[in-house]
Amino acid sequence: MHRNRACPSGHDRPVPISLPLIVGRCYSRRRNDNFNETSAGQRAMNFWAIQTLNGISFGMLLFLLAAGLSLIYGLMRILNLTHGSYYMLGGYIGLAAMRASGSFVIALLAGSAAVAVLGVLMERFFLRRFHLQELPQTMLTFGFLFIFADLALWLWGGNPQTMAKPPMLAGATTLGSLTYPTYRLFIIASGLAVALMLWLFQERTRVGAMLRAGVDDEEIARALGINVSLLFSLVFAMGAFLAALGGVLAGPIMGVYPGADFEVLLLAFVVVIIGGLGSLKGALIGGLLVGLLDNFGKVFFPEFALFTIFLPMALILAVRPTGLFGRE
Amino acid sequence: MMNDNRVTIFASIAGLALLITLPAIFGSYYLGLATKMIIFGLFAMSLDLLIGYTGLASLGHAAYFGVASYATGLLALRLGWSVWWALPAGVLVAGLTAALFGLLALRARGSYFLMITLALSQVLWGIAFGWRSLTGGDDGLPEVPRPDLGLPWSLADNTPFYYFTLVIAAIATLLLLRVVSSPFGQSLRGIRESETRMLALGYDTWRYKFIAFILAGLFAGLAGVLYVYYNRFVSPDYIHVARSAEVLLMVILGGAGSLFGPALGAAVIVLLENIVSGYTERWLMVLGVVYVLVTLFAPDGITGVVRRLRQRQGGRA
Repeated sequence: MHRNRACPSGHDRPVPISLPLIVGRCYSRRRNDNFNETSAGQRAMNFWAIQTLNGISFGMLLFLLAAGLSLIYGLMRILNLTHGSYYMLGGYIGLAAMRASGSFVIALLAGSAAVAVLGVLMERFFLRRFHLQELPQTMLTFGFLFIFADLALWLWGGNPQTMAKPPMLAGATTLGSLTYPTYRLFIIASGLAVALMLWLFQERTRVGAMLRAGVDDEEIARALGINVSLLFSLVFAMGAFLAALGGVLAGPIMGVYPGADFEVLLLAFVVVIIGGLGSLKGALIGGLLVGLLDNFGKVFFPEFALFTIFLPMALILAVRPTGLFGRE
Repeated sequence: MMNDNRVTIFASIAGLALLITLPAIFGSYYLGLATKMIIFGLFAMSLDLLIGYTGLASLGHAAYFGVASYATGLLALRLGWSVWWALPAGVLVAGLTAALFGLLALRARGSYFLMITLALSQVLWGIAFGWRSLTGGDDGLPEVPRPDLGLPWSLADNTPFYYFTLVIAAIATLLLLRVVSSPFGQSLRGIRESETRMLALGYDTWRYKFIAFILAGLFAGLAGVLYVYYNRFVSPDYIHVARSAEVLLMVILGGAGSLFGPALGAAVIVLLENIVSGYTERWLMVLGVVYVLVTLFAPDGITGVVRRLRQRQGGRA
């Protein structure tokens, strides 16, 4: 099968700064190693079930990224190119915390919280000065993307690193005739939980209502006495937090490596191009769609894996330039 | 105050004279650096056509630069095409790529346009990286031959190649100047200022933007062809988004919408990269810091700063 094929660039070589989407296949090979072969009759069905679950779990990670990207854009009209860096930094900080404390929970909290603070600082001291100015904001977030990429390379070196799975989630779970890695189920559950919490937050809480008001019409929201400035920082913190959470969660299955920032940023872009910027529903459905397309693309057409993502993106663009759920 | 036009003409003549006599002043190494500056100057000017004149901020401009490099490199290496065929072919491939990407990207605007241009260019990068049998993967294509013009001077030497680059870049610059000062160029500026107004005036703005997009791709392709001949090498880095980001910085640093500004910005960045990489491996971080500093302190670039200084002087006099 395809997963036995040699990896074109070789695993052991240090990954270049700019990380290859196509090399993603090599990581996916590692990701898929948790297969459990069962009896012949069940194999075909299990194959589909396992690949679908793989796609969904990857899609949940993409949702965590795209949700923040989308929220930030929805409220502030900032296209945050540093978003992939939050994911990567979250992974690295989580890994360091994991090694220091031995606790996965602490790794999750430390990685996400540290990056959330970083996000707030960026918003307060840099991006805020260029409110609604697209080009300067693009330049700034590009600049930070480079700074963080080089900083990570400097501090943690060029070799991909893996995070240990928390012992509780390290095994496999049996679902009927199917045996599937527990950790991936945990990722799916986490993604669903975050989606539910975000939805409840937006629809049921006072701050969520303020957020919706800010997204609809920022000036009127200001005039109504909503502290939009505080809201900006809050949303930026949330976005950075979610991206970093994705980075730590991905650590045990995909590893932490330089170039992950560019790779996931690009995938997150595809998610929001398909789903539409500013929409949580779009981030969730787009994330799942891209996760599944990416996974099945790598399984069936490893040489052309990119096209299974970009072809649908081009088609959707041709029909709906603002994505499935985006607004003009 | 001196007439603005005369200052520009004087500066252009002085600049050109300096460029022509450069080989007499500099040694071979610095001449190579100057060649690189000219090539990236052309690249930056091509992007300026989009950002400065049409108001379209493309984040994937290296796609056309890189695809032309690959096309020319492959044709020269594998099929032994001479420069007379390989150069136009490379430029043409860049133009066709721009036409294809333009069809998709120009359906969207603003942030969607940024994301789509970036995503499409990374697709090409992925192909260059993954299709090893054709592109050599991340090892790239080494030993692309320098062009043979059938002249008594071999372009393998730095001085003749410098003049080769200078002549082509000068012709391209004249063409670009012609484009931006033409009624077509004026319409592009109109679109930059207010697309809705241009639409109301009856302009088919999509067609104008599409043509500008292709033109920018063609000139970027020309720069890419020159660069593959200059470096005698092409790798996926030529297409990577980091290169697109670098050329964007050149345009903004120089001052968008002035053609000469971005060329100057390119010269500064190439020089800076050369100096910095002599001291440290942290070029990417320096580049990032320059991004932030330029955005904070010189958002309208070098030409903007000069203009402001001159206005202040003019006010005093």
